[in-house]
Amino acid sequence: MNTPQIQEDEQTHIDAFNARISSGKTIEPKDWMPQKYRKQLLRMMSQHAHSEVVGMLPEGNWLTRAPSLMRKAVLLAKIQDEAGHGLYIYSGAETLGTDRAEMIDQLLTGKAKYASIFNYPTLNWADMGAVGWLVDGAAIVNQTALAKCSYGPYSRAMIRICKEENFHSKQGYQIMAHMMRGTKEQREMAQDAVNRFWWPVLMMFGPSDADSPNSDDLMKWKVKLYSNDDLRQRFIDRTVPQAEAIGVKIPDDKLKWNPTTRHYEFGEINFDELKSVITGNGPCNKLRMKQRNDAHKNGAWVREAAVAYAEKKSKA
Amino acid sequence: METNIALYKYCVRIADTSLILAQRMCEWCGHGPVLEEDIAMSNMGLDLIGQARGFYSYAAKLEGKGRTEDDIAYFRNEREFLNRCLVEQPNTDFAYTMMRSFLHGCLSYLQFRTLVKSKDDTIAGLSEKALKEMTYHVRHASEWIIRLGDGTDVSHQKIKSALENLWQFTDELFEMDEVDQTLIKSGIACDLSLLRAEWDQMVNEVLAKAKLVRPTAGGYQSKGGFNGAHTEHLGHLLSEMQYLPRAYPDAIW
Amino acid sequence: MSTKENWPAWEVFTQQKNGAPHEHAGNVHAPDAEMALLNARDVYGRRQEAINIWVVPSVAITASTPEDMGPFFDPGNDKMYRWPNYYKTPEGIKQI
Repeated sequence: MNTPQIQEDEQTHIDAFNARISSGKTIEPKDWMPQKYRKQLLRMMSQHAHSEVVGMLPEGNWLTRAPSLMRKAVLLAKIQDEAGHGLYIYSGAETLGTDRAEMIDQLLTGKAKYASIFNYPTLNWADMGAVGWLVDGAAIVNQTALAKCSYGPYSRAMIRICKEENFHSKQGYQIMAHMMRGTKEQREMAQDAVNRFWWPVLMMFGPSDADSPNSDDLMKWKVKLYSNDDLRQRFIDRTVPQAEAIGVKIPDDKLKWNPTTRHYEFGEINFDELKSVITGNGPCNKLRMKQRNDAHKNGAWVREAAVAYAEKKSKA
Repeated sequence: METNIALYKYCVRIADTSLILAQRMCEWCGHGPVLEEDIAMSNMGLDLIGQARGFYSYAAKLEGKGRTEDDIAYFRNEREFLNRCLVEQPNTDFAYTMMRSFLHGCLSYLQFRTLVKSKDDTIAGLSEKALKEMTYHVRHASEWIIRLGDGTDVSHQKIKSALENLWQFTDELFEMDEVDQTLIKSGIACDLSLLRAEWDQMVNEVLAKAKLVRPTAGGYQSKGGFNGAHTEHLGHLLSEMQYLPRAYPDAIW
Repeated sequence: MSTKENWPAWEVFTQQKNGAPHEHAGNVHAPDAEMALLNARDVYGRRQEAINIWVVPSVAITASTPEDMGPFFDPGNDKMYRWPNYYKTPEGIKQI
């Protein structure tokens, strides 16, 4: 029912909401928020949480083959953090009124998306370096921006995550640096990893601003504070010197420093590839979904048993 | 038997047992029944890797040949591994994993609780940390065994099957030889036979709460894991775990 | 999605050091209180951030609403006498 009175109330709410956003205050779960804000946030947060959880798989692929006990411990701690971070973000997203089971159901049935990068395979040990250094490096750029976003629970989860993730890209870079100082085979592995991961990592920032359908609203509401292209540029600018320092080559002939803009120029990103990976046609989409679905299905009897026990005890 | 040789072997046995169990925990990473449990199993894996590293490093030092923890972990074959066979048993399902952690954890807890008072300061120090860790592992596994045992019919069947199939590796947890005898005399090691009654009590208590029947004595019991006699599973586990350093022996990771 | 396998949410409060108050850390899902406590320990204590943990079923928490904000909290505005610096101490007296 759309009576004039209700429309007027709605407008008062919207004005108050906008005023809150522009004064830099956070929006909290019980505050009034536009339906679209709630929906967009839920979409972003659940995608983010799914990405953390699916992101455990490509690294988990090398955990049992880590070449030293220290590397094994570090990698296990890192993957565990990803599970924890997925959990923090699910926890934040639940404040929007959708519970975790429902979000996970959307992931498992293919209705929800996750970061495209995790649909690429990890094929040699140096990939653990590349994933940590480049993938987590890109994620940090994104997450540092999100720590200032307008939704309180999301922002607080991001602050905690940024603090904890600090070591993730450092350990990845350390693996790369070691490999580049190592034997000929190790250098080849390292270069191979960077060759395969560089472009997909640049795609992680999403389509270029001109083609980013949700960006306008998200920026207006301070859910996103910087555009995809800005963040991508920031990542490239800080990563190229790191690559030079360890002697690994970035696979982009057009990459060069522009002293006027004080930014690196880079080659064209294949956004068709991004689109096809996001729509389910990347190298590992089917595998990742199968792995998640199997884990969920194989765990059902465990979750059920715990519920059954709790019910018996509460009746007793 | 010379004390240092015995002590080296004693440390490697503890380290191998922790490492092989950690490796099994690593296999769960990303595949747990629920996110919280994935995190819990990783925590236990991390504790166990930490224990292994501590005891390997001490073993390497005792040996005095300049080898590292990784040299010991990655460059021995299946007949040279000295872990108890229980921990190399595959994950099969979550019930097996919890039962394995529980049966091993109870003994490991009791062992470290005694070793805290070892006359060897390094062993005592390493044990102090490990004792806290194992206290938690036992609590966590016990809670799960109770819930699975007294949960649904399906979960009861699964945990019952895990108990019955893993029981054949429990006598072996208490096996000792001249390594232990040498070190017990000098107050360094602990006499596992003295822990049996308390282990029985811990196990019986949890099994009763889980409505599980303790398997009767008799039937096959494995022997000799701590001297390199293993089940078929260990070789596969090692070939996966050790492949990189073996394939590239000159590399530093 | 079946409800017989879904665990309820618990809010987790951690105390970071002796004498400090418990602060909200986030949530975990768990079938019962004991498991909620273990899960909270594993999730929110990975970096030794906690020395004590409370878990509370999320449904047990009642929160004030944004509409309550005025009536709940504004009335404190004019009660300056609740703050110690409202009171002037006579000269020469160091401590009351």
